[in-house]
Amino acid sequence: MSAAMSFQPVLLWTDLLLLLLLGAAFLAVLYMRANPPLRETWRRVGKRPAGMAAATVLLSFVAIGVLDSLHFRPILPALEMTGAMSEAAASEPPASVTAVEHGVAMYSTEVLSVLDSVLEPLRAQTEKTYSAPFASQLYQREAMELPDGSQARGYPRLVHGAAHLQHPAQEQSADIARRLVSALGQAVLAWLMVFMVVATWVWRGSGLRWGEVAAAMLRGHTVLAWRAALLTLGLIVLVVSLCIELAPLYHVFGTDKVGQDVLYLSLKSVRTALVIGTITTLVMMPFAVALGIAAGYLGGWVDDAVQYVYTVLNAIPGVLLIAAAVLMMQVVIDTNPQWFDTAAERSDARLLALCFILGITSWTGLARLLRGETLKLRELEYVQAARAFGVKTPAILRRHILPNVMHIVMIALVMDFSGLVLAEAVLSYVGIGVDPTTISFGTMINMARAELAREPMVWWSLAAAFVFMFVLVLAANLFADVVRDAFDPRRS
Amino acid sequence: MLAYLVRRALYAIPILIGVNLLTFVLFFVVNSPDDMARMQIGVKRATPEAIERWKTERGYDKPMFVNAEASGSARFTETIFFDKSLRMFALEFGRADDGRDIGQEIHDRMGPSLAIALPTFVLSLMISISFALLLVFFRATYLDFAGVVLCVAMMSISSLFYIIGGQWLVSKLWALVPISGYATGLDAGRFLVLPVAISVIAGIGSSARWYRTIFLEEISKDYVRTARAKGLSELAVLFRHVLRNALIPILTGVVVVIPLLFMGSLLVESFFAIPGLGSYTIDAINAQDFAVVRAMVFVGSVLYIVGLILTDLSYTLVDPRVRLE
Repeated sequence: MSAAMSFQPVLLWTDLLLLLLLGAAFLAVLYMRANPPLRETWRRVGKRPAGMAAATVLLSFVAIGVLDSLHFRPILPALEMTGAMSEAAASEPPASVTAVEHGVAMYSTEVLSVLDSVLEPLRAQTEKTYSAPFASQLYQREAMELPDGSQARGYPRLVHGAAHLQHPAQEQSADIARRLVSALGQAVLAWLMVFMVVATWVWRGSGLRWGEVAAAMLRGHTVLAWRAALLTLGLIVLVVSLCIELAPLYHVFGTDKVGQDVLYLSLKSVRTALVIGTITTLVMMPFAVALGIAAGYLGGWVDDAVQYVYTVLNAIPGVLLIAAAVLMMQVVIDTNPQWFDTAAERSDARLLALCFILGITSWTGLARLLRGETLKLRELEYVQAARAFGVKTPAILRRHILPNVMHIVMIALVMDFSGLVLAEAVLSYVGIGVDPTTISFGTMINMARAELAREPMVWWSLAAAFVFMFVLVLAANLFADVVRDAFDPRRS
Repeated sequence: MLAYLVRRALYAIPILIGVNLLTFVLFFVVNSPDDMARMQIGVKRATPEAIERWKTERGYDKPMFVNAEASGSARFTETIFFDKSLRMFALEFGRADDGRDIGQEIHDRMGPSLAIALPTFVLSLMISISFALLLVFFRATYLDFAGVVLCVAMMSISSLFYIIGGQWLVSKLWALVPISGYATGLDAGRFLVLPVAISVIAGIGSSARWYRTIFLEEISKDYVRTARAKGLSELAVLFRHVLRNALIPILTGVVVVIPLLFMGSLLVESFFAIPGLGSYTIDAINAQDFAVVRAMVFVGSVLYIVGLILTDLSYTLVDPRVRLE
């Protein structure tokens, strides 16, 4: 039985959708490879240095998000387990005897992810409250007991931050410098390995010598902008190896009010941002495509009805519609606590509902664009010819209209992403975003904001959220621009 | 023209009815008033009497659509649907949870909201358009490239950081203006400078980039080549020909938001403690004051429809070819 397993996999709804999306993206890549015009379009994206660099950054964020989407419930330690068992045995003898014989495992109600296990030192090393980046002492003065037994007020040492040093004041800078150098060395080694792999991959089947290909890549003479991707990757590798060296020993971005490592919070926020940015578009796309195309192609009362619906939805200011829907959803979730086994499932339900609500309020723009494009397409000769040959409407829509509006859908998908990530932060600040227990950029900013008035200021949570969000959104914006340039026929 | 306006105004009625039905379904059908009461009072303290009292205070104790106990027209007027939904068409919004009249509150708070939103709107329009024209003037140079990169970078920063950063820098570090607050009369300037400046800066990135693409599209047209061929300076071409013709696509996006300026900005008003409609909305959301949220939804959609009509009108002003029939 499952007794041998040290964990129980948990599939949250957003995990499922995110993994489905990843699968769909993989299939799309396979399809596009076999389709010359599409391949050519994506090549145009790859030729632009900005496109390659942004894609590299986005892929590393996606990697973090995917690791954070593989959830499980760890098994409870054996001691606690037998305790719980004997308790159960006392209350319900016959059933539990068999249960003990079969060794039914007890799993924690805390849902963890693979990322949590990777970042175990960061997750577990909590302090009492705030501490500054790289600090060895707590941010707040406290009453401490001195070695001679007297009481004094001072800054207590951190439990984990710089705990390996005897005298942080003298040793710290030398220690950090030493670790910086070693991180740099590791980064260079790792980057060289990646470079070899990529160069070999580009080289295979090219008919040139390996050295020529490698040199062309470094000089930026390859068709695809490999140099930009490799440079970006170099930066990422450097940041990662710095974190590997320093983060287990110091709180690189400090700690927050309850002493959690801010770097850990920032990394966990990435998944929330990705979920909001992608699943929202994913859930609204079928509606927007179906209604937009139907309205444009069929005209008549269908057109009137669709236009009426989206004018009504548009008429309500976005934030208010979201606020109204989120308030109501909150009531539904609060009145039905029996639906959710764990707190993670409840906050996940709220995250998913937020995606749906954002999707419902944002499909109108795409539907309108698709309607306009379909109006144009249906008058073109090849569509008229298809009609004249007696091709059924569904077949025309599928074969002639849909493929020719897909570029609009593609552009909308990438353009909406950055806006949604930014919207999450604002909505969570207003109190109508993700569940307060969900780690997200919005909740981080919200918590940090209240502490700005302190003296000296607690700035590190904000700084970390700012850096992570800025890099993610900037990469998304740059990538969206390149994709739009490549896919929009008017811009080539 | 007048006939057109009347028709557009009539067309607004079904849309408002749609908005109204949607909010009604959201607030009363998805959750019964009992659920809302239980959540607001707190599940532990929600005795049947407390729920009844909560509903009576807010007028939610009536039947949903048809009141079987009343007679005559009261069968339909003494219901939640009539009270909470249909009365909005007469701009009767009822009372907030704190007992104040929502209509009066909206009336009082429009001023402060406009005091922020109007200067922001005008200034950001002027600055963004000038900036975009400047970029177009230097198009295909490194200056243009740097400008676009700057725009994209500015777009990538959440508005929360603009506000927090601005407050910290200007009010706390340099101590130039008060950190937040509001006053009436001339004294208000002190409080308004920072929020307006921050809102303008936060918006430049995306709008300047958008205007730049519109101008670039316009500049490749034949009449621009003609204007250059007859010897006009580039500045004259840009300001006299390109800017005027680009106004049509710009107006589509801009005029529609003018009436919505009354609603104010949620974030700016709440950070700077401006007693406008934006902070009213935020407070209502945080306090879960459903009546206020419903009223704001209705007001917002009315203003949006006014904006649509204004957009149509503005076309006739900038483009003599457009006639409203």
